Amino acid sequence: MTQVSAFTAPALPGLRNLLSRYGENMMWLARYMERIENMARLIDVTGSSVQGSNRDAGWDSVIRINADEAFFFHHHKAATEQAVVAFYITESENPDSIKSMARCARENARVLRPLISTEMWMHLNVFTRWVVDLGPEDVGASYLSALCTRLKQDCQTHFGITEGTLYRDQAWQFYSLGKNLERADQITRLIDIKYHTLLPSGAGVGSDIDMSQWTSVLRSAAAYHAFRRVLPDGMTPANIVGFLLKNDGFPRSLSTSLRNVYSALGILAGEYRLRQCGPILERVEELRVTLVEQTVEDIILRGLHEYMDWIQRELRQLQNEIAQAFWPPVVSVAPMGGMEQMQD
Amino acid sequence: MHDMKMAAQAAGLFATYDIPDFFCELLNRGDTPPPGLQMVRDRLARFDLTELRRRAAAVEAQFYRLGITFTVYSDREAIDRVLPFDVIPRVLTAAEWDHVERGVQQRVRAINLFLHDIYHDRHILRDGVVPADLVLGNPNYCQAMVGLDVPGGVYVHINGTDLVRDRDGRFLVLEDNARTPSGVSYVLEDRQMMLRLMPDLATGLNIRPVDEYGPRLHRALVEVAPAGVTEPQVVLLSPGIYNAAYFEHVFLAREMGIPLVEGRDLMVEDGYVYMRTVAGPRPVHSIYRRLNDDFLDPLVFNPDSLLGVPGLVDAYRRGNVTLANAIGTGVADDKAVYAYMPRIIRYYLDEEPILTNVETHICAERAGLEYTLANLEQLVVKPVGESGGYGLLIGPHASQAELAEFRDRLRANPANYISQPVISLSVSPTLCPAGVEARHVDLRPFAVTGESTWVLPGGLSRVALRKGSLVVNSSQGGGSKDTWVLAS
Repeated sequence: MTQVSAFTAPALPGLRNLLSRYGENMMWLARYMERIENMARLIDVTGSSVQGSNRDAGWDSVIRINADEAFFFHHHKAATEQAVVAFYITESENPDSIKSMARCARENARVLRPLISTEMWMHLNVFTRWVVDLGPEDVGASYLSALCTRLKQDCQTHFGITEGTLYRDQAWQFYSLGKNLERADQITRLIDIKYHTLLPSGAGVGSDIDMSQWTSVLRSAAAYHAFRRVLPDGMTPANIVGFLLKNDGFPRSLSTSLRNVYSALGILAGEYRLRQCGPILERVEELRVTLVEQTVEDIILRGLHEYMDWIQRELRQLQNEIAQAFWPPVVSVAPMGGMEQMQD
Repeated sequence: MHDMKMAAQAAGLFATYDIPDFFCELLNRGDTPPPGLQMVRDRLARFDLTELRRRAAAVEAQFYRLGITFTVYSDREAIDRVLPFDVIPRVLTAAEWDHVERGVQQRVRAINLFLHDIYHDRHILRDGVVPADLVLGNPNYCQAMVGLDVPGGVYVHINGTDLVRDRDGRFLVLEDNARTPSGVSYVLEDRQMMLRLMPDLATGLNIRPVDEYGPRLHRALVEVAPAGVTEPQVVLLSPGIYNAAYFEHVFLAREMGIPLVEGRDLMVEDGYVYMRTVAGPRPVHSIYRRLNDDFLDPLVFNPDSLLGVPGLVDAYRRGNVTLANAIGTGVADDKAVYAYMPRIIRYYLDEEPILTNVETHICAERAGLEYTLANLEQLVVKPVGESGGYGLLIGPHASQAELAEFRDRLRANPANYISQPVISLSVSPTLCPAGVEARHVDLRPFAVTGESTWVLPGGLSRVALRKGSLVVNSSQGGGSKDTWVLAS
C-alpha cells in the first residue's frame, strides 16, 4: 500500500478532474447495464432449464438470488414462470425489473451525455427507449428466449461500444469500478443461492448431483464453455464454485472482478493522484487475500454461505467508501448564510 | 414577366409550387440570383418528391436516434420531440449576409454600451432618449449590477437577433435575445445532417462552414475570464436533464470541451467559485450559464431555487468569476425597450441602424395605445414579458370576439403590450404533406462577443409549418431549415 500513500502531491496543473457527479453516474451506468445483462441471462437460463412437466419449478430461486422474497410475494401469490418473468422484466413497480433498471440507465446516460461518446449515447438512447416501452405482450413464454437474447446482446453491444469509443480518463476507471463491483456482487449471489438450493440440508460434497442443474448454474454465469475447457471431467459442485470464485482467466469470476476493481483504483490513485483511494485499495486487497489463501474446499467446509455473505457486505462497504471519497453528500445550505461547508 | 420566366425554369419539383405574393427566398427574389443560388434552385428542381420524402424520413429517424430533441410539457408528462427539420435549405447570398452580419455586430455593440450605461452613469436616461422608468422600473433591471464593471465591458456574450424579411426582401429586426438565446445547436446539427443526407445538393458550392461555433464561443469565454487567470476553467451551467433545452446544453458543452455542471456541482467559498470533482474542489473562472437570472443565486434572487449556487453573485461582484451572459441583460431585449433600439444605436454609435426595426407602437404611451386600439385588426400585439409566442394576438386572423376581448386586456394593462403591423414575412419552399409549398421563415443569427464580435455565418432559420402561420416557435409547431451562406 505504500506506493499509494506516497502520492500526497496535489493534482497536476492542467489535469482535467472529473466532476463528482459524472463519476457517480459512470459507475451506476455500468452497474445497471451489467445488472440488466445478468438478469436477462438468468431468466433465459431458468426458462430453458425447466423442461419437465412443471414449467413453474425453479423460478423461486430467481427471486431468492435477488433477495426479493418479501416484495415479490406481496404482489404475487406464487412464483410461477409468468409472474416471475413479468416481475423481473416489465413491472415498473419493481426497482429490480429490467424495465426499471433501463429507466435508471437512461437517466444516467442523459446526465453523462456531455461526457460519453455519441455512439454510446445513440445506442443507449435507442435501447433504453425500447426496453421502457416493453409491454406484457412482449414477454410470452414462446418469445422469452429471443427477448432475453436481444437484451443480453444490447448490453454487450453497449460494453463493446464503450470499450471502443470512450476516452480513457478518470471516467473510464469509475465505469470499470461499477462494472466489476456489479459482477462481483452478481456472482456471489448466484453461487450462494444455487449451491444451497441444489445441495439441500446435510448433503455434503460429493453426493449425487443433478448435472443439468449445475450446467445451468454455469450457463447463468456465461461460464459453461470456459469451464468445460478448463475442467472437462470435473463437473462437481466444488469445482464449479471454485471456478466461479477463483479462476483468474474467467472474466466474470470473483477473483477477476476484484482484480479489475483493484486495478481501476490503483490507476485513480497513481495516474490521477486521487489519494482517497488508499484505504479503499486496502479493503480490496484484504478481500483478494481471503480468496487466494483458501481452497474452495476450505471455503465450503468453513461455510460457503457465511463467506458469500461476508463478501457481499464488504462489497456494499466498498461502494459506500467510494461514494464518500469521490462524491461526498453535499451539506444542504443554511438559508441565511453563504458559508457552505466543505466536506474534505 | 420576371416571375413567369422563373416559373418556367422551376419545373420538376417546383412545377406545382404556388408562389404567393411574398418574397420567396428561392424563387421570387426580384433579382438575378448569383450562380450559387441558381445552382441550388436547378438541382432541387431535378429532385422528385418521392426521393425527397425518403431523405426527409431518414433525417427524422437519425435525429430521433441521436436524441436531438426538445422537451414539451403537456399536462403532466414530459415528451421528447424531434424539432421538425425541412430538407430544403434556406440560402443567403454573400451580399445579404454581409449586410446582416454588419447589422448584428452594430446592434450587439450598442446593446453592450447601453447596458454599461444604465448600470453606471445613465447618460441615456438623463438625456431623455429612453424613458428612465422604462429601464429602472423594468422587472429585468438588476440592482446587483449597478456600478459593477464586467470584463471588457461585455454584458451580452451570446446574442440572438430575430430577423424577418418583408415583401421587398428587406431584413427587419423582430426582437433581440440578449439573455440566454437558444437554438444554435440546431444550426450545427442541421448542417451535419444536411451534408450527410443531401450531399448531391451541396457539391461544389462554396458554403460558409458553421462548425467554428464551439471553439469561437470557448475562446470568447476565455477572453472574458477574470484578469490574471492563466488557464481559465470554463463551464456550462445548466438547469439539468429536465430542461427543455438540455440537448443544446449538452451539445455546446461537448463542442467547447468543457464540463456541463448543475448548480449542485458548484460551490462558493470566500468569494471564489469551485466545482466538485473526484479530486476535491477545483476553481471555476468563466460560466456560460443557461439558467435565468432568477435562479442563479438563492441568496440574492429566488430564495426557493435549488438550481442555483449560493454566493455566486457575491463571487461575481468581486470579479472572481465571469458570467455569460451578465446578469440583468434582459432589460436590453425587453420588447418595450426594443422600440427605442434605433435611437439607442444612434445615441451611442452616431450611426444609422444597419438593420431596422419593425415599426413598433408602445402601448405604455398614450399615442401608441390609441393607435393600437384603433387598428387592432391589422396589428400583431405582443405582451412584453413573455417569450415563445404565447399570449400573442394576430389581428387579421382574430375573430371579432377575440379582438373585443383583447381590447379589454389592453386597456386593463397597456404597459404590458407593444404592437406592430403584420409583416408579409418571406417564404421558403418547404416539403409539406401535399408537396413542396411556400412557408414563412425567420432567421436568428448568433453573435459571440469576447474581445470582438463574431457572427456565426447563417443562423437558425425557423419555418412555420402550418399553412399561412406566422408563428415559427418550436413549441408552437415550428420547424427548422439549414441556412446556407454562400461565400461568393
